[in-house]
Amino acid sequence: MNIVVCIKQVPDARTVKFDQEKGTLVREGVESVINPFDYNAIEAALELRDAFGGQVSAVTMGPPQAQEAIREALSLGVDKGVVVSDRAFAGSDTLATTYTLAKAIEKLGAPDIVICGKQAIDGDTGQVGPGLAVRLGIPYVTCVNEMEILKGRNVLRLKRMCEQGYDIVEVETPLLMTVLATLNTPRVPSLKNKMRARKADIPLWDVSAIGAEPGRTGLAGSPTQVVSTSVPTFDAKKEMLEGEPEEQVDALVTRLKEAGVI
Amino acid sequence: MTKVNYFLTEEQQMIVELTRQIAEEKIIPVRAELDETEEFPWGIMKDLAQADLFGLYIPEEYGGLGGGCFENCLAVEQLAYGCIAITTTFAASALGGYPILLFGTDEQKAKYLPDIAAGKRLVAFGLTEAEAGSDAAGIRTAAIDEGDHWVINGTKQWITSGGEAEIYTIIAMTDRSKGARGATAFIVEKGDEGFSFGKKERKMGLRASSTRELVFNDCRIPKDRILGRRGQGFIIAMRTLDLARPGIGAIGVGLAQAALDEAVRYARQRIQFGQPIISFQAIQHMLADMATQTEASRALVYAIAKTIDAGAKNFSKLSAMAKLFPTDIAMKVTTDAVQILGGYGYMKDYPVEKMMRDAKILQIYEGTNQIQRNVIGQALNKEYANKQ
Repeated sequence: MNIVVCIKQVPDARTVKFDQEKGTLVREGVESVINPFDYNAIEAALELRDAFGGQVSAVTMGPPQAQEAIREALSLGVDKGVVVSDRAFAGSDTLATTYTLAKAIEKLGAPDIVICGKQAIDGDTGQVGPGLAVRLGIPYVTCVNEMEILKGRNVLRLKRMCEQGYDIVEVETPLLMTVLATLNTPRVPSLKNKMRARKADIPLWDVSAIGAEPGRTGLAGSPTQVVSTSVPTFDAKKEMLEGEPEEQVDALVTRLKEAGVI
Repeated sequence: MTKVNYFLTEEQQMIVELTRQIAEEKIIPVRAELDETEEFPWGIMKDLAQADLFGLYIPEEYGGLGGGCFENCLAVEQLAYGCIAITTTFAASALGGYPILLFGTDEQKAKYLPDIAAGKRLVAFGLTEAEAGSDAAGIRTAAIDEGDHWVINGTKQWITSGGEAEIYTIIAMTDRSKGARGATAFIVEKGDEGFSFGKKERKMGLRASSTRELVFNDCRIPKDRILGRRGQGFIIAMRTLDLARPGIGAIGVGLAQAALDEAVRYARQRIQFGQPIISFQAIQHMLADMATQTEASRALVYAIAKTIDAGAKNFSKLSAMAKLFPTDIAMKVTTDAVQILGGYGYMKDYPVEKMMRDAKILQIYEGTNQIQRNVIGQALNKEYANKQ
């Protein structure tokens, strides 16, 4: 079975800082890590490979440094990986990103299962998974938090979380799913895979390598333009109430009524 | 701040990173609960197996990584940073596996080592008995040659991973009249006829590690389960322990480092008399000693482990030193960490309480620290006699 997992390198949320004046992320000195949900996607891919056989390929779009993310995926047991990297991809919105990733995945060979994290913690759109499925012409299931393999039939029974509850759906391969952190507990790397990852040759695919039309990638292929970003202001008022507990409660109720909350 | 450069190779650095990651992500979040429930850490054993760590010291031809004593020390040090009960469970498998690796026939190695390397089957080492700990010659468990099989009778005590492991390397007497020279090593498997497990011990520390009796009641095992030659059991046990002891030292280093980290972190944020307590010289001097002694322990363990891997012969003295000093230091540093955390340190809400309880075993198991001093002292006597 040909399983593809899409991952993204994102700034490490523990070290990231925000430039309040410019309204942008300060990227200098911030480490890059694999998007947290993507670890669950990798784990799901590995479990599916263990059950069905076949191989797992990891794909990421990003600068050449994103090879480190692929290397980490390899250390977890992913079989091979590729970085889709070209200056022409810079500034991609989700429309251009899904186009580019779909081209890369098609070059890898027709996938049976594609897995993405629910969303990336930097852009937070959650659109790339579904968009990619449409490009590839396969069904998709988002926000999966349980997965059961019905082996004889190449069917997955998936529990998809919705705002009001959950659906249980059965989908035949090929399919794409996006996964939640609650789906599984990602494994730790193994020493043998770490050593293999260190020596691995991770190709960089540019526009021509994936056969993309130049006008459809990067800024040129992105109808979404970021006009400005800003930090939301937090201007809640604070007031300390004095007096006995009963008086404080009365005062609080009065204030809440005045504010129209109750 | 510059750290001591131990000039690790890239692969050794990977071992350190991976085992530290397991300690932080898998072990630390569950250690307090496992200590409380005394539950066997199967989940973490699975993680360690998945990470290829059970094969660290096993040659590549048997599916291992071909590492030596040093690589093993690096791994257990970092795992011990998380919890020494879990680390002991892991390390006990190497203790049980070494006799097969060192003295097994090609058939025995081919039969057992691949499963051990893959972490599919845990191994335990059975030497101690009620009346034979430091004095191995006091072993009562006896094996009788009955033609096409051996029959074993007796009880082993305080066996790490007893009941959970599937492969046991044990020492039994085949000729009591010869004392220690009448001991022989055997491989026993869980499920062998007449082999059962006694009570599980309740311990002061090391509580996530399972400690049980092995009971042999007319236990019949095939003839080919003898390990090494008849009468070689004592030598097998000593060679095994010589190789394993630096690992216990390394566990002490990891534990001391964990206690030091907790103590420094606490001393920096605990305010008394209007200032963090780390600004008081009384605390600074304690921490300075703890840090210096921990680093000295590490340097000693690494140097001796590398000496062993370089092919040293007769390294009992060095191996004893590599166990003695770091484990005494681990006891001291964990005790001082509790002191620095004061009342909080004595409470189960903080990890140093468990660290101090756990540390005590390091001065006792795999040869008490008094026995280590005996080994060192006797070696000195021999060395200096040869010089004259």
